[in-house]
Amino acid sequence: MTVLSFFNYWAVIVLMMIGYYCVIVRGNMIKKIIGLGIFQTSVFILFISAGKVIGGSTPVLRDGVSVYSNPLPHVLILTAIVVGIATTALALALTVRIREAFGSIDDDVIDAAQQDDEGR
Amino acid sequence: MVGLAVVFTRDLLKATMLFAIYSLTIAALFALLDAGDVALTEAAVGAGISTVLILAVLALVPRHEKTAKGHNLPALAIVIITGAALVYASFDLPVFGEAGNPVHQHVGPYYIGETYADMGIPNMVAAVLASYRSIDTFGEAVVILTAGIGVYALLSVRPRRRQRREPEQ
Repeated sequence: MTVLSFFNYWAVIVLMMIGYYCVIVRGNMIKKIIGLGIFQTSVFILFISAGKVIGGSTPVLRDGVSVYSNPLPHVLILTAIVVGIATTALALALTVRIREAFGSIDDDVIDAAQQDDEGR
Repeated sequence: MVGLAVVFTRDLLKATMLFAIYSLTIAALFALLDAGDVALTEAAVGAGISTVLILAVLALVPRHEKTAKGHNLPALAIVIITGAALVYASFDLPVFGEAGNPVHQHVGPYYIGETYADMGIPNMVAAVLASYRSIDTFGEAVVILTAGIGVYALLSVRPRRRQRREPEQ
């Protein structure tokens, strides 16, 4: 057990926090979606690194290989990537609609527009 | 190693391109971690399709972010505190890459041992995805269908209020 044993987890945490910061600070919706994407990939890396066995190889059966990495996390993440793109597409469609309705995709502009509505 | 590619992503407005590069880097990382199938999917879906989608939306919305007013200290504090808590928690996780980790004890060995006898194909990921866990994959397909219907419903309705721009379609 060395420092390197946990390096992957720390990389995941750093990426996750970058995505988190991007989501809460940026007012722009596209930026928020990209931040969510970064957050999401960090979780993917966590799962994939859990499935890795040092000295193992890609889980495709071949001659002369006896140690394989665990295929189960790979399957889960494969599904997660595809579901992730579906949710991203939905979020982008929402962005387009918000742009049509409010003329902007920035949080503060939309807030101001809504307060206008209520004051009227 | 990967973090560097992303730190820049926050600065530019045209972060989409950097996001695509980031996805490719992640795909390379997956390949290094023995996940060939996942790497291919990430390269095609993350770097390809999502970039195209974001670019398509960028064509409809303003290209420049409104304000770039430095740092937001409370948010930064929250992020750092959360990150520190997660790092503290990471010491309880199993050591990276050891064959005796709990994740390798359950059904993983069964898939590795029996895939060829059960399915007759060498690719375990495909076998698990399409045969052992095909109901899950069906659920995934349902999610995609729902998302497709949602996108269609959102984009096909004409905006009723605040018609400032022409409804593009």
